[in-house]
Amino acid sequence: MYVAVKGGERAIENAHRLLAHERRGDRDVPEVSLSQISEQLSLGVDRVMTEGSLYDRELASLAIKQARGDMIEAIFLVRAFRATLPRFGATEPVDTGAMQVRRRISSTFKDIPGGQILGPTFDYTHRLLDPQLAEGFSPETPETSEASLAATPRVTDILGRDGLIEPSPKADAETPVGDLTREPLSFPADRDLRLQNLARADEGFLLALGYSSQRGYGRNHPFAGEIRFGEVEIEFMAEDVGFAVPLGAIAMTECQMVNQFKGSATEAPCFTRGYGLAFGQSERKTMSMALVDRTLRARELGEEVIAPAQDEEFVMSHSDNVQATGFVEHLKLPHYVDFQSELGLLRKLRKEFAEATEAPPMQEAAE
Amino acid sequence: MTATENDKQAQRKAVMAVLAHSDPSEISGRLAAITLPDHENLREPENGLVMVRGRIGGDGSAFNLGEATVSRAAVRLSTGQVGFGYTLGRDREKARMIALCDAMVQSDEFAGLIETKVIAPLCAAMTATRNRKATEAAATRVDFYTLVRGEG
Repeated sequence: MYVAVKGGERAIENAHRLLAHERRGDRDVPEVSLSQISEQLSLGVDRVMTEGSLYDRELASLAIKQARGDMIEAIFLVRAFRATLPRFGATEPVDTGAMQVRRRISSTFKDIPGGQILGPTFDYTHRLLDPQLAEGFSPETPETSEASLAATPRVTDILGRDGLIEPSPKADAETPVGDLTREPLSFPADRDLRLQNLARADEGFLLALGYSSQRGYGRNHPFAGEIRFGEVEIEFMAEDVGFAVPLGAIAMTECQMVNQFKGSATEAPCFTRGYGLAFGQSERKTMSMALVDRTLRARELGEEVIAPAQDEEFVMSHSDNVQATGFVEHLKLPHYVDFQSELGLLRKLRKEFAEATEAPPMQEAAE
Repeated sequence: MTATENDKQAQRKAVMAVLAHSDPSEISGRLAAITLPDHENLREPENGLVMVRGRIGGDGSAFNLGEATVSRAAVRLSTGQVGFGYTLGRDREKARMIALCDAMVQSDEFAGLIETKVIAPLCAAMTATRNRKATEAAATRVDFYTLVRGEG
């Protein structure tokens, strides 16, 4: 028998109306604008763009506002939006070596061509709450000094010149690039698909997995070879125009982890790599991503797979917070019929249990 | 492709790059100050997405990083030149203005006007912004020095 239960419409409508009211908060307090979110909560916007997998600061700001600051809800909204637009194609792969660097550090070499540039960072702050920010606070204009015209090559490129680090995998331009938004995941997955999955993955999930690998759950002995943040030019091969057209620049963070060695009877030992790339200034995300990229290469590098961070099916199947929240949160939707059937089964089992235990053990005695 | 065609393509690309980096209100302000040729939309401005690609390790094979919003348009001058406009973001009018400029750059009559009245000042503004960011970053560059302890 199927019984349709109706009657929730008005309650739902009023709940959404109440939500809109609560989202606005005290109406005597000025409403927050999208440009305020974009400018002053910019790292939150970066996270929503990265995990929402859509670079658009204004939309990410709108999503954060609509979601009342709930980042996963905001990411969900952005993912849903991207499904409404047609895709014109894929860009030329970005050249992070040509990035206009705003921050660039290496923990492996003190003196790197182009220098160590700290940029806007929380590093070396004392993590003391600043009461000045509680009131109108106007910071000093940034100090400036003469910019060097020297190039800022990637640290891994420098190591690569001496053969001290493995080269990046090179596929010819004809090889199709895996896209998990077009084909469902299947395992084993190649590194292009794994990196796409990790780029969209929940930062907290990757942080915990990366941390677990550092603590010994999976083989990983990394150095942060380089972290860089800045603007990268985007070009798109437009068929109608006949050449790659410039689209403007996107802010990105890149992390190159340098890990312990591989080698064989025929190949000299060299460092191995883990790679992280994300939209905006997303340093913790790209560091975690690079750690997990490396642990997921266990199979390729002939390492024993013993820890969760090395298990690509485990990692890739649980990394997406929109999927994860969908399945976890669906539990709050009505399950009345399912529950009734379980309740019926439980009552039956309890009845059987009661009958079995209440049955007098007299029979044995009587015999 | 001939050398002249190559030059023309490089010029169009440079113009597109400056415009894509510029604020739409700056572009429209500059365009309003010149007499525009008759033109029509060949393709109505539209929004869409591009999949942004990175490279494994920074220099290896490509992988899909995530998408970005883009706008595109195509404009035809009454004299026949067809221009294309592509830009990040959802500003369709910006894409249309880029297409118009691209068409004008291809016209001997208007190329000089666009270069001097629109592109040159926008390019100067773009360079100034870049330089400002570069000098701000440069001030956070670490200058290591070594403390000499004991007697050498």
